Parts: sequence; structure tokens; C-alpha cells
Amino acid sequence: MLAAAGAISLSACTARNDSGSGGESAGSQAAAPSAAADAADPAGDGKAQCSPVSLAYAGTINGANAALGQNILDGAKLAVDQHNKANPGCQVKLEQYDTEGTPDKAPGIVNQMVNTPAILGVVGLPFSGESKAVGNIFNGAGLVTITPSATGPGLSQNGWKTFFRGLGNDNTQGPAAAKFMTGELKAGKVCVIKDDSEYGTGLAAATVQALGDKVACQDDVKTKQVDFSAVVNKVKNANPDAVFYSGYYQEGAPFAQQLNDAGVKAKFVGPDGVKDDEFVKGAGDAAANAYFTCPCVPADQFTKFTDAYQAAYQKAPGTYSPEAYDIATIFLKGVDAGKKDRASMLDFVKNYDGQGLTKHFKWDSHGELAQTTVWAYKVDKGKIVRDTEIK
Amino acid sequence: MTHELGSLVLAQGEGWITFDVDSFLNQFWSNTIDGLSYGSIYALVALGYTLVYGVLKLINFAHSEVFIYGAYATWFTFYGLGFRPGTTPELPVFELVGFLLLALIAAMAVSGGTAVVLERVAYRPLRKRGAPRLVFLITAIGASFVLQQILFIWRGGNPENSIRLLRNDEVFQIFGASVTNVTIITILAAILLMIGTDMFVNRTRFGRGIRAVAQDPDTATLMGVNKERVIMTTFLIGGLLAGAAALLYMMKIPQGASYQGGFILGIKAFTAAVLGGIGNLRGALLGGLLLGVVENYGQSLFGGQWRDVVAFVLLVLILMIRPTGILGESLGKARV
Repeated sequence: MLAAAGAISLSACTARNDSGSGGESAGSQAAAPSAAADAADPAGDGKAQCSPVSLAYAGTINGANAALGQNILDGAKLAVDQHNKANPGCQVKLEQYDTEGTPDKAPGIVNQMVNTPAILGVVGLPFSGESKAVGNIFNGAGLVTITPSATGPGLSQNGWKTFFRGLGNDNTQGPAAAKFMTGELKAGKVCVIKDDSEYGTGLAAATVQALGDKVACQDDVKTKQVDFSAVVNKVKNANPDAVFYSGYYQEGAPFAQQLNDAGVKAKFVGPDGVKDDEFVKGAGDAAANAYFTCPCVPADQFTKFTDAYQAAYQKAPGTYSPEAYDIATIFLKGVDAGKKDRASMLDFVKNYDGQGLTKHFKWDSHGELAQTTVWAYKVDKGKIVRDTEIK
Repeated sequence: MTHELGSLVLAQGEGWITFDVDSFLNQFWSNTIDGLSYGSIYALVALGYTLVYGVLKLINFAHSEVFIYGAYATWFTFYGLGFRPGTTPELPVFELVGFLLLALIAAMAVSGGTAVVLERVAYRPLRKRGAPRLVFLITAIGASFVLQQILFIWRGGNPENSIRLLRNDEVFQIFGASVTNVTIITILAAILLMIGTDMFVNRTRFGRGIRAVAQDPDTATLMGVNKERVIMTTFLIGGLLAGAAALLYMMKIPQGASYQGGFILGIKAFTAAVLGGIGNLRGALLGGLLLGVVENYGQSLFGGQWRDVVAFVLLVLILMIRPTGILGESLGKARV
């Protein structure tokens, strides 16, 4: 009887459920940048010769907020595959180490990794908390790392000689997020809610400072929290125009939904840790009202890259896939240039000066890039699309 | 009017504890209602801990996974019915109730089944060998990890997409705090299930068996009570209630089906059971509601990072004054 009722409504359901995150398509959407003509190509000239060496990805693959890590792994893997296909005389292996994204698990995994001598360079780690926990290990082993996504500003201030960052840090994202909310979204009052991660607390501090007296309320949530009723009540009471959630999508999605359920009409703004399709799937109705800030460049116009990515993984590139691709490409160029050990690879990265898909890569003495950009994104018809570059 | 302790600040110059009395007073009623509704889920899960402890003197730490298996069953039911993440569908009441009942049956069956299998595979062999109590405790923790990792290997680290059939809409207000349909359903369902369980244990033949085994297993066996069957029933009831709790939980928090999702809730429910008096059915209800409410009060008064601290300090305080919990231990005691 119930099964019959189910069967009857099945047809109706499919019609009902094409994710109706409507949202007005704004006219303000900026054009996506196209790839620079001189962007580095992992394939190189196809004549590279090298003895077998390895690169590695370290970060979450299956653990918490896994989707963010998988985007990066896939991006790096694409570069390595393209390189190996074009260069039969130089096969590079990409090793994978799953840190589950947590500062307490990462050190053990990373110790294992630095004791594998074949690994010359590491793409990662994705998150700031785990990056902080393992920086000394990499530094001690002289193994160069370029993070495609860890944005904690303090990471470059530890005196590590092996740490490089492939994007702008939260001292640029925080003020940019503040500017986006007060400017583009015309918010007079903003609530800033942060999680207890290294990333969430650092970014929130930068954002709050930039917002100044526009901060209407602040509160903290904990990793793995799912019931946000007390925070929601606080936000509701403060009646802000925008809510900035400084954390990752796993908590961000239920929080956004519970805010929406409570009738909070404020615009929900999340940083790069929230900007993932998993957020859209998790936030339900609330996703339609969500914006993101991200020091990542929209990949729409990098057609050669996006086509190859689509062909390899049957999905569009995610947040930080192009950054990871760029970073892996830099290491591959090092390998092709004949770097055979960690010291010479570190030296190669330190002196690197070249154009990638996403930006120009040249690092200062702390491992920070000279020029970085921050983009705003939003949800349109159930997909995350670029909104505008925050300048 | 936020009073901050001027001297106790973090390096970044940010107050590490606030006494936000205004926020506490302003949001008192909304926090109370949300706390009660979340607390009733704690209470339902707490019953599983309390029943098993009452009968076996065993803290079944794998009960949190029994609960989360129910949450997965709920999710798969919704998914199997053709629902996908996105906008909440507007279903006619008849269909909605039918689907929710279907999910309830699935969740209760899966959770109940998991609990019974757990008992058969993990605890019964140990009981047959007369293992000491500590071994049971370690086994429970081990079983909890096994069940968790099975989910992890099968479904991966991301929580399942948010699917829900009923939007959280305000029905009426109490002192300016909104009461939503889901809140009403949660609290009512939890209380009804509580009363049902209480009647089952106190009024039926099976219930008498449970109480007899809890009081004195050896004598009960001599009197013709089938001890093994009573233990199995106890696990089953705990599992069924956890399944019901899982559906309510998934209605409130559709992102709840995640492999680690049971852990914190399980610890909280266990706390609720101890708070009310472990082994005491009515204590589980009281403990659950109290814990849910106090967490919210604590958070709005001291700030979000103090949420769990407040809950556990409350536990320690009550146990210092009354080691048996608020209502004391009762399943194993003869009633006069």
C-alpha cells in the first residue's frame, strides 16, 4: 500500500526536485579571466629525461571536508598525467597521503612521507591547522611544500624554509570579504561566526578587524557541531544584513540551513572553506541565498584545462583544482630541468618566476606571492558561479 | 552591555570569556524551546544507554553507531523514494505522513537490527565466557569504531546530502520565541515514545522480566525468566528508540548522516542518561531535556566555545551532590 503510494509519487517527485535554488541572475557578474598565453604547460617539450622520481599530495582524501582535498588531488593528478603522457623518458609518480584533514593525524602521515626519499615536492597541505602542525617536519627534512589552499597568515611567519603558498592569505581574504559584504551586498550590519579551526579563527579576526563597527554580533561554533540553535537565536536577535561564516562547509551547510529555517533573511557569506558543491548539497533551500569569497580564480575560461579535467574525472574542476594543477606543474618543470634531490628542488621553487593558469608565481622570502586576487562567488540554479572580482 | 573580564584576554586581544547577560535574557525563550527539542532527541538515545546499563551494568558505547545507522536508513529511504537535495518539496499531508512512517519503520528496523547483531556478535560470546566487566567496556568502544569505519569505507568522509520532506515552519510563538512544526513533532514523538517505553517496562510481562534480570539475574533465571531473551529484547528496544530518534534528528538536521555523526550525540546522550540517573527511564528524559536546554543557555551566556564545557560541568556538579544522578538508579531497584 505504502509502496504503491511511493511509486505514484515518484514521478511527481522528480519534477519537484530539480534543485530550485533560483536566485536572480545578477547583471554584475564579471567576466572570467582567460588563461595567459604563456601559462606553464605540464607537458613541457616532450623530450624530458629523468630517473623515476615522485611528487606527493598530502591532505584530506576521505576525512572531514574531503571534497576540498579531492579537488586539489585531482588537479595535481591531471598535471602529472599530462606530463607523463607527453614525456615517455621521464615518468613521475604522484603519491597520495590521506591526513584526514586534522592537525592530530597529519604529523604521523607526514613523518612517513618525509622518510620516502623519492618524494621531491609536496602539493599541500590543504588546511591551515594541519599545515601548522607539520611545518617543522617538512622544514627539518628539507622537503618543499606549496599549499594550494591553506590561507592562515601565520603559516609563512614560522621561519620554515620549505613553505610556499600558491594563493593569497587571509590577510587579503578577510578585508576582501568585508569589502564585498559592505560594498556589493550593501550590508550595514554583519554577524561574524567562526569555528574553532586555525583557519576559521584567523580569518574571522582579519574580517572583524576590516569590518570595524559594522560587526553586529560574533559567536563561535565547534568542529562537528550540528545543532546551531543558540547561535541562530543570537544572529536572529542581532538582525544583521549579512552573516559571515568563517569555517568549512561541513558545519557551514547545516548552519546556513538552520539560519534560513529560523527566518533570518541575512545573506550568508562563506569563505573558500565553504565554497564547494558539498555546501550546496548540504544547505538545501538556504543555498540559494549564499555567497562565497575565495582567493581562487574562476576556471571557466581556462578551456584547455577544464576540458581535460572534465574528460579525466567527468566533472567540472572544483575550488583550488587549477591552483593545484599550477603547483604540480611547477614541480614538474623542476623535474624536467633535472632536479634530482630535495635541496635542488627547493632551490628551484625558491627562484621560480613564471606564469601559471591562475596567476603569476614568484615568491618572497617568506614564501608568499607578490600578487594575489580574491573573487566573490554565489549560488545560481544549484551551481556555484563566479560573481565578481573583489578589488 | 557585554561585560568582559578585562584582564583575561587572549593574545589577539579578544575576550576569551564573556558574560553576555543581555543575550542570555533576550534569547531565553527561544533557547529554551530549541534546547527542549534537541534535548528530547538526546533523551530517546539516552534510553538505549540506560536500559542496557540497567540490565547488564554495561555502558554500550556502540549505541551512538546504532543511532547513526538509523540516520543512514532514513536517508536511504528518502533517497529511494526519489527525493534529492535542494528545495524542500511541498507534499500533501497524506503523502508526507506516509513517507515519514516508511522512514520511521526503516530507521527503527535498521537500528534495532544493528543493536541485536551487536549484542550477538560482540557481547554474547564474552558473556558466555564470563568476561570481566572492563572487557565489555573495551569491546563496546571497539565495536563502535568498527561500525563507524564500515560506514566510512562504504560512504566516504562527506556527510550525505541534505534531503528533507518537511520544512521547518513557525506554527506559533511563545513569549516571542517561534515554535516550529518540526519542534512540535520532535517533542511530542519523544514524549510519546518515552511513555510507551515506560509502560512497556513497568506494565507488561516482558517488562517484568527486564526488571527481574536487572535486579538479580541469577534468581530471575531460577524463576524461569529467559535471561538471554530479556537481554536481546533490551538491546532491541534501545535500538528501536534510537531509530526513532534518528528520524527525528534527520528531520531537524538533514545533514546528520555522516559516519562520525553519532559520536558527539552519543556522548551527549550518555551524559543525559547519567545526569538523570543511569538505569532510570524517566531520568533519561529529564537528563536529556536538561542537557539540551543548559547547553543553549551556556552558549548564549558564555559564548559558543563554552557549550560543551557548560554541559559537562553541570554533569560533574550534579554527580558531586548526587552520585546516582537526579532521579537515582531505579530499573534495578524494587518498587514499593
